[in-house]
Amino acid sequence: MEPGQATDEPALSLAGLRRDYGERTALDGIGLRLGHGETLLVLGPNGAGKTTLLRILATLLRPSGGEVRALGCSLPDEAWKLRGRIGFLGHEPLLYRDLSGRENLRFHARLHRMKGEAGEARIEWLLAAVGMERRGEQRVAELSAGMRQRLAIARCVLHEPELLLLDEPDSNLDGEGRELARALIGPGGERTRVIVSHDPERFEAEADQVLRLEAGGRAVAA
Amino acid sequence: MTPSRTAFATILAKDLRAELRTLQSLPAMALFATTTFVIFRFGLDRTTLSGSLAAGVLWATLLFAALLGVNRLFVSEREEGGFDAIRLAPIDRSALFAAKATALFTYLLVLELVVVPIFALFFLGSAAALGPLLAVLLLADLGIAATGTLISSMAVQSRARDLLGPLVLLPLVVPLMIAATGASEPLLALGGPGYHRFGTWLAVLSLYDLIFLLLGWAVFDFLLED
Repeated sequence: MEPGQATDEPALSLAGLRRDYGERTALDGIGLRLGHGETLLVLGPNGAGKTTLLRILATLLRPSGGEVRALGCSLPDEAWKLRGRIGFLGHEPLLYRDLSGRENLRFHARLHRMKGEAGEARIEWLLAAVGMERRGEQRVAELSAGMRQRLAIARCVLHEPELLLLDEPDSNLDGEGRELARALIGPGGERTRVIVSHDPERFEAEADQVLRLEAGGRAVAA
Repeated sequence: MTPSRTAFATILAKDLRAELRTLQSLPAMALFATTTFVIFRFGLDRTTLSGSLAAGVLWATLLFAALLGVNRLFVSEREEGGFDAIRLAPIDRSALFAAKATALFTYLLVLELVVVPIFALFFLGSAAALGPLLAVLLLADLGIAATGTLISSMAVQSRARDLLGPLVLLPLVVPLMIAATGASEPLLALGGPGYHRFGTWLAVLSLYDLIFLLLGWAVFDFLLED
Protein backbone atom coordinates (compact mmCIF):
# COMPACT_ATOMS: atom_id res chain seq x y z
CA MET A 1 0.00 0.00 0.00
CA GLU A 2 1.27 3.47 -0.80
CA PRO A 3 1.28 6.15 1.91
CA GLY A 4 -2.00 7.97 2.10
CA GLN A 5 -3.87 5.40 0.01
CA ALA A 6 -7.45 4.83 1.18
CA THR A 7 -7.99 1.42 2.73
CA ASP A 8 -10.43 -0.45 4.94
CA GLU A 9 -7.56 -2.19 6.65
CA PRO A 10 -6.82 -0.93 10.17
CA ALA A 11 -3.56 0.87 10.82
CA LEU A 12 -2.49 -1.92 13.14
CA SER A 13 -3.71 -5.45 13.41
CA LEU A 14 -2.21 -8.10 15.67
CA ALA A 15 -3.40 -11.67 16.01
CA GLY A 16 -1.85 -14.20 18.39
CA LEU A 17 1.40 -12.21 18.54
CA ARG A 18 4.09 -14.05 20.48
CA ARG A 19 7.70 -13.19 21.18
CA ASP A 20 10.14 -15.43 23.03
CA TYR A 21 13.62 -14.68 24.29
CA GLY A 22 14.99 -18.21 24.49
CA GLU A 23 12.91 -20.01 27.13
CA ARG A 24 11.22 -16.82 28.35
CA THR A 25 8.02 -15.61 26.75
CA ALA A 26 7.84 -11.82 26.57
CA LEU A 27 4.56 -11.55 24.63
CA ASP A 28 1.93 -14.25 24.54
CA GLY A 29 -1.05 -14.22 22.19
CA ILE A 30 -1.63 -10.49 21.80
CA GLY A 31 -4.42 -9.47 19.46
CA LEU A 32 -5.93 -6.09 18.59
CA ARG A 33 -7.07 -3.82 15.77
CA LEU A 34 -6.38 -0.10 15.76
CA GLY A 35 -7.87 2.30 13.22
CA HIS A 36 -6.02 5.06 11.36
CA GLY A 37 -5.53 8.17 13.47
CA GLU A 38 -6.33 6.34 16.70
CA THR A 39 -4.24 6.05 19.83
CA LEU A 40 -3.39 2.82 21.61
CA LEU A 41 -2.13 3.05 25.16
CA VAL A 42 -0.09 0.07 26.36
CA LEU A 43 0.10 -0.29 30.13
CA GLY A 44 1.74 -2.83 32.36
CA PRO A 45 4.38 -3.45 35.00
CA ASN A 46 8.10 -3.76 34.28
CA GLY A 47 8.88 -6.85 32.23
CA ALA A 48 5.35 -7.21 30.86
CA GLY A 49 6.57 -6.89 27.26
CA LYS A 50 5.53 -3.29 26.49
CA THR A 51 8.86 -2.30 24.97
CA THR A 52 9.09 -5.63 23.14
CA LEU A 53 5.71 -4.94 21.54
CA LEU A 54 6.83 -1.49 20.47
CA ARG A 55 10.10 -2.79 19.01
CA ILE A 56 8.23 -5.45 17.02
CA LEU A 57 5.97 -2.75 15.57
CA ALA A 58 9.06 -0.65 14.80
CA THR A 59 10.51 -3.60 12.82
CA LEU A 60 13.45 -3.78 15.23
CA LEU A 61 12.44 -7.21 16.56
CA ARG A 62 10.93 -10.19 14.77
CA PRO A 63 7.84 -11.80 16.24
CA SER A 64 8.25 -15.46 17.22
CA GLY A 65 4.68 -16.23 16.17
CA GLY A 66 1.33 -14.79 15.22
CA GLU A 67 0.37 -12.18 12.68
CA VAL A 68 1.36 -8.50 12.68
CA ARG A 69 0.22 -5.97 10.09
CA ALA A 70 1.08 -2.27 10.31
CA LEU A 71 0.00 0.35 7.76
CA GLY A 72 -0.86 -2.43 5.34
CA CYS A 73 2.50 -4.16 5.65
CA SER A 74 2.92 -7.67 7.00
CA LEU A 75 5.76 -7.96 9.51
CA PRO A 76 8.50 -9.02 9.36
CA ASP A 77 8.31 -9.86 5.64
CA GLU A 78 7.40 -6.36 4.45
CA ALA A 79 9.35 -4.46 7.10
CA TRP A 80 11.34 -2.68 4.38
CA LYS A 81 8.11 -1.07 3.12
CA LEU A 82 7.20 0.19 6.58
CA ARG A 83 10.52 1.75 7.53
CA GLY A 84 10.46 5.46 6.91
CA ARG A 85 6.76 5.61 7.78
CA ILE A 86 7.37 5.03 11.50
CA GLY A 87 8.46 7.52 14.13
CA PHE A 88 10.08 5.65 17.03
CA LEU A 89 10.82 7.18 20.40
CA GLY A 90 12.44 4.57 22.62
CA HIS A 91 14.48 4.51 25.81
CA GLU A 92 17.54 5.69 23.90
CA PRO A 93 17.30 9.04 22.08
CA LEU A 94 19.11 7.60 19.00
CA LEU A 95 21.34 10.65 18.86
CA TYR A 96 25.11 10.71 18.47
CA ARG A 97 26.71 12.36 21.49
CA ASP A 98 29.62 13.90 19.58
CA LEU A 99 27.41 15.63 17.03
CA SER A 100 25.31 18.72 17.66
CA GLY A 101 21.53 18.58 17.74
CA ARG A 102 21.34 20.16 14.31
CA GLU A 103 23.92 17.74 12.88
CA ASN A 104 21.99 14.80 14.34
CA LEU A 105 18.73 15.97 12.76
CA ARG A 106 20.51 16.57 9.47
CA PHE A 107 21.93 13.02 9.64
CA HIS A 108 18.47 11.53 10.17
CA ALA A 109 16.92 13.80 7.53
CA ARG A 110 19.36 12.54 4.91
CA LEU A 111 18.76 8.91 5.84
CA HIS A 112 15.06 9.64 5.29
CA ARG A 113 15.73 11.26 1.93
CA MET A 114 15.00 14.80 3.11
CA LYS A 115 17.53 17.09 1.53
CA GLY A 116 18.00 20.65 0.44
CA GLU A 117 16.09 23.69 1.60
CA ALA A 118 12.94 21.81 2.53
CA GLY A 119 14.92 19.50 4.81
CA GLU A 120 16.81 22.39 6.42
CA ALA A 121 13.60 24.35 6.91
CA ARG A 122 11.99 21.34 8.59
CA ILE A 123 15.00 20.95 10.91
CA GLU A 124 14.93 24.64 11.89
CA TRP A 125 11.18 24.52 12.43
CA LEU A 126 11.50 21.46 14.67
CA LEU A 127 14.37 22.93 16.69
CA ALA A 128 12.16 25.95 17.34
CA ALA A 129 9.18 23.71 18.11
CA VAL A 130 11.11 21.95 20.89
CA GLY A 131 12.57 25.22 22.18
CA MET A 132 16.13 24.46 21.07
CA GLU A 133 16.69 26.91 18.24
CA ARG A 134 19.54 28.57 20.16
CA ARG A 135 21.08 25.30 21.30
CA GLY A 136 21.09 23.50 17.97
CA GLU A 137 24.88 23.77 17.67
CA GLN A 138 25.51 22.31 21.11
CA ARG A 139 26.85 18.76 21.20
CA VAL A 140 24.34 16.22 22.46
CA ALA A 141 26.84 15.10 25.12
CA GLU A 142 26.55 18.58 26.67
CA LEU A 143 22.75 18.57 26.82
CA SER A 144 20.66 17.63 29.85
CA ALA A 145 18.49 14.51 29.73
CA GLY A 146 15.39 16.68 29.21
CA MET A 147 16.95 18.53 26.28
CA ARG A 148 18.01 15.22 24.73
CA GLN A 149 14.44 13.98 25.03
CA ARG A 150 13.19 17.11 23.27
CA LEU A 151 15.69 16.55 20.51
CA ALA A 152 14.69 12.86 20.32
CA ILE A 153 11.07 13.92 19.84
CA ALA A 154 12.14 16.24 17.01
CA ARG A 155 14.07 13.31 15.49
CA CYS A 156 11.05 11.04 15.87
CA VAL A 157 8.69 13.31 13.88
CA LEU A 158 11.30 14.75 11.50
CA HIS A 159 10.18 12.72 8.48
CA GLU A 160 6.47 13.18 9.23
CA PRO A 161 5.73 9.52 10.01
CA GLU A 162 2.25 8.04 9.77
CA LEU A 163 2.70 5.80 12.80
CA LEU A 164 4.21 7.05 16.06
CA LEU A 165 5.61 4.49 18.49
CA LEU A 166 6.29 6.25 21.78
CA ASP A 167 7.89 4.61 24.80
CA GLU A 168 7.40 6.80 27.88
CA PRO A 169 7.44 9.98 25.77
CA ASP A 170 7.35 12.27 28.80
CA SER A 171 10.41 10.87 30.51
CA ASN A 172 12.86 13.56 31.64
CA LEU A 173 10.61 16.37 30.37
CA ASP A 174 9.65 19.32 32.54
CA GLY A 175 6.28 21.08 32.28
CA GLU A 176 7.36 23.27 29.37
CA GLY A 177 8.94 20.32 27.61
CA ARG A 178 5.70 18.32 27.95
CA GLU A 179 3.70 21.14 26.43
CA LEU A 180 6.11 21.48 23.50
CA ALA A 181 6.13 17.72 23.01
CA ARG A 182 2.35 17.58 23.04
CA ALA A 183 2.24 19.87 20.01
CA LEU A 184 4.42 17.41 18.06
CA ILE A 185 3.38 13.98 19.28
CA GLY A 186 0.13 14.70 21.07
CA PRO A 187 -3.39 13.77 19.98
CA GLY A 188 -4.98 15.26 16.89
CA GLY A 189 -4.01 14.96 13.26
CA GLU A 190 -4.13 11.76 11.28
CA ARG A 191 -1.25 10.00 12.85
CA THR A 192 -1.79 6.65 14.50
CA ARG A 193 -0.07 6.43 17.87
CA VAL A 194 1.02 3.63 20.16
CA ILE A 195 2.09 4.91 23.56
CA VAL A 196 3.78 2.79 26.19
CA SER A 197 3.57 4.10 29.73
CA HIS A 198 3.78 3.05 33.36
CA ASP A 199 1.40 5.82 34.31
CA PRO A 200 -2.23 4.97 33.48
CA GLU A 201 -3.52 8.44 34.32
CA ARG A 202 -1.14 10.38 32.10
CA PHE A 203 -2.38 9.20 28.69
CA GLU A 204 -5.66 7.38 29.33
CA ALA A 205 -7.79 10.38 28.29
CA GLU A 206 -6.06 10.45 24.87
CA ALA A 207 -6.41 6.74 24.21
CA ASP A 208 -8.98 5.16 21.92
CA GLN A 209 -7.91 1.74 23.15
CA VAL A 210 -5.99 0.51 26.15
CA LEU A 211 -3.96 -2.70 26.14
CA ARG A 212 -3.02 -3.88 29.62
CA LEU A 213 -0.21 -6.37 29.77
CA GLU A 214 0.73 -8.49 32.76
CA ALA A 215 3.93 -10.29 33.62
CA GLY A 216 4.51 -12.99 31.02
CA GLY A 217 3.29 -10.75 28.23
CA ARG A 218 -0.38 -11.72 28.30
CA ALA A 219 -3.14 -9.18 27.76
CA VAL A 220 -5.34 -8.60 30.80
CA ALA A 221 -9.00 -9.11 29.97
CA ALA A 222 -10.95 -5.84 30.10
CA MET B 1 14.06 3.89 -0.27
CA THR B 2 16.84 6.41 0.16
CA PRO B 3 19.51 5.83 -2.52
CA SER B 4 22.40 3.75 -1.19
CA ARG B 5 25.00 6.34 -2.20
CA THR B 6 23.16 9.02 -0.16
CA ALA B 7 23.02 6.71 2.86
CA PHE B 8 26.68 5.75 2.36
CA ALA B 9 27.84 9.39 2.12
CA THR B 10 25.71 10.43 5.11
CA ILE B 11 27.02 7.69 7.42
CA LEU B 12 30.63 8.13 6.27
CA ALA B 13 30.49 11.91 6.74
CA LYS B 14 29.03 11.41 10.22
CA ASP B 15 31.83 8.99 11.20
CA LEU B 16 34.64 11.17 9.84
CA ARG B 17 33.19 14.29 11.47
CA ALA B 18 32.89 12.52 14.83
CA GLU B 19 36.48 11.19 14.56
CA LEU B 20 37.86 14.61 13.61
CA ARG B 21 36.05 16.11 16.58
CA THR B 22 36.93 13.52 19.22
CA LEU B 23 40.13 11.92 17.84
CA GLN B 24 39.27 8.66 19.57
CA SER B 25 40.83 6.21 17.12
CA LEU B 26 43.56 7.71 14.95
CA PRO B 27 45.90 9.20 17.59
CA ALA B 28 45.77 5.94 19.58
CA MET B 29 46.56 3.91 16.46
CA ALA B 30 49.47 6.19 15.49
CA LEU B 31 50.87 6.29 19.00
CA PHE B 32 50.66 2.50 19.30
CA ALA B 33 52.47 1.96 15.99
CA THR B 34 55.20 4.50 16.75
CA THR B 35 55.82 3.06 20.21
CA THR B 36 55.98 -0.45 18.76
CA PHE B 37 58.62 0.67 16.23
CA VAL B 38 60.65 2.16 19.09
CA ILE B 39 60.36 -1.10 21.02
CA PHE B 40 61.45 -3.12 17.97
CA ARG B 41 64.35 -0.80 17.35
CA PHE B 42 65.74 -1.18 20.83
CA GLY B 43 64.50 -4.74 21.36
CA LEU B 44 66.19 -6.04 18.23
CA ASP B 45 69.16 -3.73 18.79
CA ARG B 46 69.32 -3.03 15.05
CA THR B 47 69.37 0.30 13.23
CA THR B 48 68.48 -1.24 9.88
CA LEU B 49 66.12 -4.04 8.92
CA SER B 50 65.60 -5.68 5.57
CA GLY B 51 63.72 -8.45 3.79
CA SER B 52 61.36 -10.67 5.75
CA LEU B 53 62.25 -9.20 9.15
CA ALA B 54 61.47 -5.65 7.98
CA ALA B 55 58.23 -6.82 6.38
CA GLY B 56 57.26 -8.74 9.53
CA VAL B 57 57.91 -5.77 11.82
CA LEU B 58 55.98 -3.42 9.54
CA TRP B 59 52.90 -5.61 9.06
CA ALA B 60 52.65 -6.94 12.62
CA THR B 61 52.73 -3.34 13.87
CA LEU B 62 50.19 -2.06 11.33
CA LEU B 63 47.84 -4.98 11.99
CA PHE B 64 47.81 -4.53 15.76
CA ALA B 65 47.40 -0.76 15.37
CA ALA B 66 44.47 -1.44 13.02
CA LEU B 67 42.83 -3.58 15.73
CA LEU B 68 42.43 -0.45 17.86
CA GLY B 69 40.41 1.16 15.09
CA VAL B 70 38.44 -2.02 14.41
CA ASN B 71 37.44 -2.28 18.09
CA ARG B 72 36.04 1.26 18.12
CA LEU B 73 34.38 1.19 14.70
CA PHE B 74 30.83 0.45 15.88
CA VAL B 75 31.03 1.74 19.45
CA SER B 76 28.94 4.84 18.73
CA GLU B 77 26.33 2.70 16.95
CA ARG B 78 26.04 0.37 19.94
CA GLU B 79 26.26 2.91 22.74
CA GLU B 80 24.23 5.72 21.19
CA GLY B 81 21.51 3.73 19.45
CA GLY B 82 22.91 4.21 15.97
CA PHE B 83 22.10 0.62 15.02
CA ASP B 84 18.40 1.25 15.74
CA ALA B 85 18.47 4.59 13.92
CA ILE B 86 19.89 2.95 10.83
CA ARG B 87 17.54 -0.04 11.06
CA LEU B 88 14.58 2.35 11.23
CA ALA B 89 15.62 4.29 8.15
CA PRO B 90 14.46 3.27 4.67
CA ILE B 91 17.96 2.41 3.49
CA ASP B 92 19.85 -0.60 2.23
CA ARG B 93 21.81 -1.59 5.33
CA SER B 94 24.76 -2.62 3.23
CA ALA B 95 25.39 1.13 2.95
CA LEU B 96 26.41 0.97 6.62
CA PHE B 97 28.96 -1.75 5.82
CA ALA B 98 30.35 0.27 2.91
CA ALA B 99 30.53 3.48 4.97
CA LYS B 100 32.18 1.81 7.97
CA ALA B 101 34.68 -0.06 5.78
CA THR B 102 35.53 3.19 3.99
CA ALA B 103 35.96 4.99 7.31
CA LEU B 104 38.33 2.26 8.55
CA PHE B 105 40.20 2.29 5.23
CA THR B 106 40.61 6.08 5.60
CA TYR B 107 41.92 5.71 9.18
CA LEU B 108 44.44 3.12 7.98
CA LEU B 109 45.63 5.38 5.15
CA VAL B 110 46.10 8.32 7.52
CA LEU B 111 47.84 6.03 10.03
CA GLU B 112 50.26 4.83 7.36
CA LEU B 113 50.87 8.33 6.11
CA VAL B 114 52.24 9.08 9.58
CA VAL B 115 53.91 5.85 10.67
CA VAL B 116 55.39 4.35 7.47
CA PRO B 117 57.83 7.30 7.10
CA ILE B 118 58.72 6.76 10.78
CA PHE B 119 59.34 3.07 10.00
CA ALA B 120 61.57 4.10 7.08
CA LEU B 121 63.44 6.57 9.27
CA PHE B 122 64.03 3.98 12.00
CA PHE B 123 64.84 0.93 9.91
CA LEU B 124 65.42 1.56 6.21
CA GLY B 125 68.54 2.87 4.57
CA SER B 126 66.56 4.62 1.83
CA ALA B 127 63.02 5.55 0.94
CA ALA B 128 63.16 3.81 -2.45
CA ALA B 129 60.81 1.03 -1.36
CA LEU B 130 58.03 3.35 -0.25
CA GLY B 131 56.65 4.02 -3.74
CA PRO B 132 55.97 0.39 -4.73
CA LEU B 133 55.01 -0.39 -1.10
CA LEU B 134 52.03 1.93 -1.57
CA ALA B 135 50.25 -0.65 -3.76
CA VAL B 136 50.69 -3.33 -1.07
CA LEU B 137 49.50 -0.96 1.65
CA LEU B 138 46.38 0.03 -0.31
CA LEU B 139 45.37 -3.55 -1.09
CA ALA B 140 46.09 -4.82 2.44
CA ASP B 141 44.17 -1.88 3.95
CA LEU B 142 41.17 -2.72 1.81
CA GLY B 143 41.24 -6.31 3.10
CA ILE B 144 41.66 -5.26 6.73
CA ALA B 145 38.84 -2.71 6.32
CA ALA B 146 36.43 -5.28 4.84
CA THR B 147 37.24 -8.06 7.32
CA GLY B 148 37.53 -5.68 10.27
CA THR B 149 34.14 -4.10 9.57
CA LEU B 150 32.46 -7.47 9.27
CA ILE B 151 33.95 -8.84 12.50
CA SER B 152 33.54 -5.59 14.42
CA SER B 153 29.82 -5.42 13.60
CA MET B 154 29.37 -8.90 15.10
CA ALA B 155 31.71 -8.47 18.05
CA VAL B 156 30.28 -5.13 19.16
CA GLN B 157 26.95 -6.75 19.95
CA SER B 158 28.60 -9.18 22.35
CA ARG B 159 29.64 -8.48 25.92
CA ALA B 160 33.12 -9.87 25.22
CA ARG B 161 33.60 -7.57 22.23
CA ASP B 162 37.13 -6.45 23.17
CA LEU B 163 38.20 -10.08 23.25
CA LEU B 164 36.03 -11.46 20.48
CA GLY B 165 37.06 -8.97 17.79
CA PRO B 166 40.79 -9.76 17.80
CA LEU B 167 40.22 -13.49 18.44
CA VAL B 168 38.06 -13.88 15.34
CA LEU B 169 39.78 -11.29 13.18
CA LEU B 170 43.40 -12.39 13.59
CA PRO B 171 42.97 -15.91 12.14
CA LEU B 172 40.90 -14.46 9.29
CA VAL B 173 43.63 -12.02 8.26
CA VAL B 174 46.44 -14.60 8.30
CA PRO B 175 46.22 -15.11 4.49
CA LEU B 176 46.20 -11.34 4.03
CA MET B 177 49.29 -10.94 6.21
CA ILE B 178 51.12 -13.75 4.39
CA ALA B 179 50.42 -12.03 1.07
CA ALA B 180 51.28 -8.54 2.38
CA THR B 181 54.60 -9.66 3.90
CA GLY B 182 55.30 -11.78 0.80
CA ALA B 183 54.84 -8.75 -1.43
CA SER B 184 56.77 -6.42 0.90
CA GLU B 185 59.76 -8.69 1.52
CA PRO B 186 61.49 -8.16 -1.87
CA LEU B 187 60.63 -4.46 -1.79
CA LEU B 188 62.45 -4.07 1.53
CA ALA B 189 65.44 -6.22 0.52
CA LEU B 190 68.96 -5.05 1.29
CA GLY B 191 70.35 -3.23 -1.75
CA GLY B 192 67.06 -1.82 -3.02
CA PRO B 193 63.60 -2.99 -4.00
CA GLY B 194 63.13 -6.22 -5.91
CA TYR B 195 59.96 -7.56 -7.51
CA HIS B 196 60.22 -11.33 -7.12
CA ARG B 197 56.61 -12.73 -7.23
CA PHE B 198 55.38 -9.21 -6.47
CA GLY B 199 52.55 -9.49 -9.02
CA THR B 200 51.43 -12.85 -7.64
CA TRP B 201 51.17 -11.52 -4.10
CA LEU B 202 49.26 -8.45 -5.31
CA ALA B 203 46.83 -10.79 -7.09
CA VAL B 204 46.37 -12.79 -3.87
CA LEU B 205 45.69 -9.56 -1.95
CA SER B 206 43.17 -8.44 -4.58
CA LEU B 207 41.39 -11.78 -4.45
CA TYR B 208 41.21 -11.65 -0.64
CA ASP B 209 39.77 -8.12 -0.83
CA LEU B 210 37.19 -9.12 -3.39
CA ILE B 211 36.03 -12.14 -1.36
CA PHE B 212 35.60 -10.22 1.90
CA LEU B 213 34.06 -7.14 0.30
CA LEU B 214 31.46 -9.32 -1.44
CA LEU B 215 30.92 -11.39 1.70
CA GLY B 216 30.42 -8.27 3.81
CA TRP B 217 28.02 -6.75 1.31
CA ALA B 218 26.03 -9.99 1.10
CA VAL B 219 25.69 -10.85 4.80
CA PHE B 220 25.70 -7.47 6.52
CA ASP B 221 21.94 -7.02 6.26
CA PHE B 222 21.42 -10.30 8.13
CA LEU B 223 23.96 -9.36 10.80
CA LEU B 224 21.89 -6.32 11.71
CA GLU B 225 18.69 -8.33 12.00
CA ASP B 226 17.30 -9.18 15.41
